[in-house]
Amino acid sequence: MSDSTDEVRSYTVRLELVDKPGALLDALDPIASNGGNLLSIFHERGNLTPRGQIPVEVDLEATPERFEGIVEALHEAGINVIQAGAERYSEAITVVLSGHLIKTDLSDTVSRIQEATNATVTDLSLSAPEGTEAESEEPSSARIRLATEQNATQAVIDTIREVAEDKSLRVIEPLGPGGDL
Amino acid sequence: MRLAVIGAGAVGSSVVELAADYGHTVTAYADSQSAAIDAGGIDVDAAFDRKQADGIVGDDDPAAAVEGPYDVLVEATPTTLGDAQPGFGHVETALETDRHVVLANKGPVAERYADVRALERDSAGSVLFEATVGGAMPVLSTIADFDPEQITAVRGVLNGTANFILSRMGAEGLGYEHVLAEAQDMGVAEADPTFDVDGTDAALKGAIVANVLSDGGNEYTLADADVEGIQDIEGSALELAAEDGHTVRLIVEVVDGEVRVGPRLVPEHAPLAPTGTRNIVQLETEHAGRLNISGRGAGGPETASAVLADVGRL
Ligand SMILES: NC(=O)c1ccc[n+]([C@@H]2O[C@H](COP(=O)([O-])OP(=O)(O)OC[C@H]3O[C@@H](n4cnc5c(N)ncnc54)[C@H](OP(=O)(O)O)[C@@H]3O)[C@@H](O)[C@H]2O)c1
Repeated sequence: MSDSTDEVRSYTVRLELVDKPGALLDALDPIASNGGNLLSIFHERGNLTPRGQIPVEVDLEATPERFEGIVEALHEAGINVIQAGAERYSEAITVVLSGHLIKTDLSDTVSRIQEATNATVTDLSLSAPEGTEAESEEPSSARIRLATEQNATQAVIDTIREVAEDKSLRVIEPLGPGGDL
Repeated sequence: MRLAVIGAGAVGSSVVELAADYGHTVTAYADSQSAAIDAGGIDVDAAFDRKQADGIVGDDDPAAAVEGPYDVLVEATPTTLGDAQPGFGHVETALETDRHVVLANKGPVAERYADVRALERDSAGSVLFEATVGGAMPVLSTIADFDPEQITAVRGVLNGTANFILSRMGAEGLGYEHVLAEAQDMGVAEADPTFDVDGTDAALKGAIVANVLSDGGNEYTLADADVEGIQDIEGSALELAAEDGHTVRLIVEVVDGEVRVGPRLVPEHAPLAPTGTRNIVQLETEHAGRLNISGRGAGGPETASAVLADVGRL
């Protein structure tokens, strides 16, 4: 791990959107076109801000330099940025799970990890040699990447271990904080 | 120095063969059934010939070799768990008669470290055991040079068999059973590879490192280690790791007084992802960053060179 400025970090941006079709797409465009990588969008439809607009929370990854450009571009596009740069997610963890992932309900596994830890699954790759039918007897593996708050990685890993133990899955954990030794 | 070499396997025989090159004389040599003892130096070639032809090294009693005429006892009998016998008894006899001990056998320092140190305190002899961790690699002497207090973490790949299996599975996309059988055919894995693949061997080395780092504080044994092996690891797990620029290695980790052994994700080109039977140890130091020591972690001559380096340090 280094402190260099080209290191990708996770950011949370809270936006206010006018309630008209296409507003969300217009807001996401400055993010993608300025080198940001969208992690998740939390769109609170039905919930309006005091100004009658729709609050949207966007988690994204970018280098600090690009992130500045993104915020600038959002302002220029006339989008109201309520809060930016509060780094809710600043650590990425990758683990590999193996075993009867399908039979033990992979989506349940993922949601239990997310619910217990405040972490967000940003990427999931499944390798099931015998297909993904629920009755498959062949073990499979999944690589899961999570974004989590700084200093929360150990808690996330502990939770993954617990859930995996419940379902008799093997966990291959990363080595070291953030896994990059 | 006059050496009594106890154990006539890969390590013991290599020590006997190389001792003269290091300026030492073998005055006793024993296997489980027999011994050759001569205060003026045994006839090494005759002992090797008899071991080859009749399975014994001479006409003397192995117990007499442990009592016999020597300055340093080299312990190279099989590593055993729990009471660490017969190795521990050999250490005891040597120290009680004020002679030095150099261990290749991990048992006494992995399972009964405090007992060994207590015997050493009451003896004019001392105990060294560089060969027990990482074969030819100078792991323990580097830790000693740095001062254990300056080392904040030790991580490493310390089992060549497990590393061979994982790196071959990763490189060739082959299954665990297939690669294990291949390793056995090549002589990389033993007929009974249990302790290599279930993490026991690596954990014993972790316990030894933890004992050295704690420097007489807490005592560690195999039972204190959190151990997971690589048996039946899925080929698909290695594939997914590779897609992400990572690989899987059986890592020994000694940090904050905890010993942990298990398969871990490491970046594919990281120092901690050696290929084949190669071993590596990474020391994290207080003021000097990370220090990597890599090399051959096993083998008769390799391990014997670490034993003879210890003899030289006495
Ligand atoms: N091989 C390596 O690369 C390596 C590396 C580091 C540490 N070590 C450790 O070094 C030690 C020796 O390893 P190795 O590979 O040489 O083992 P090995 O080939 O299995 O040889 C063991 C030897 O010990 C002898 N022995 C057994 N019980 C004895 C007793 N009560 N008294 C005297 N001799 C006895 C055996 O006698 P018989 O010949 O009569 O059976 C045999 O000659 C082990 O503790 C091992 O863990 C090995």
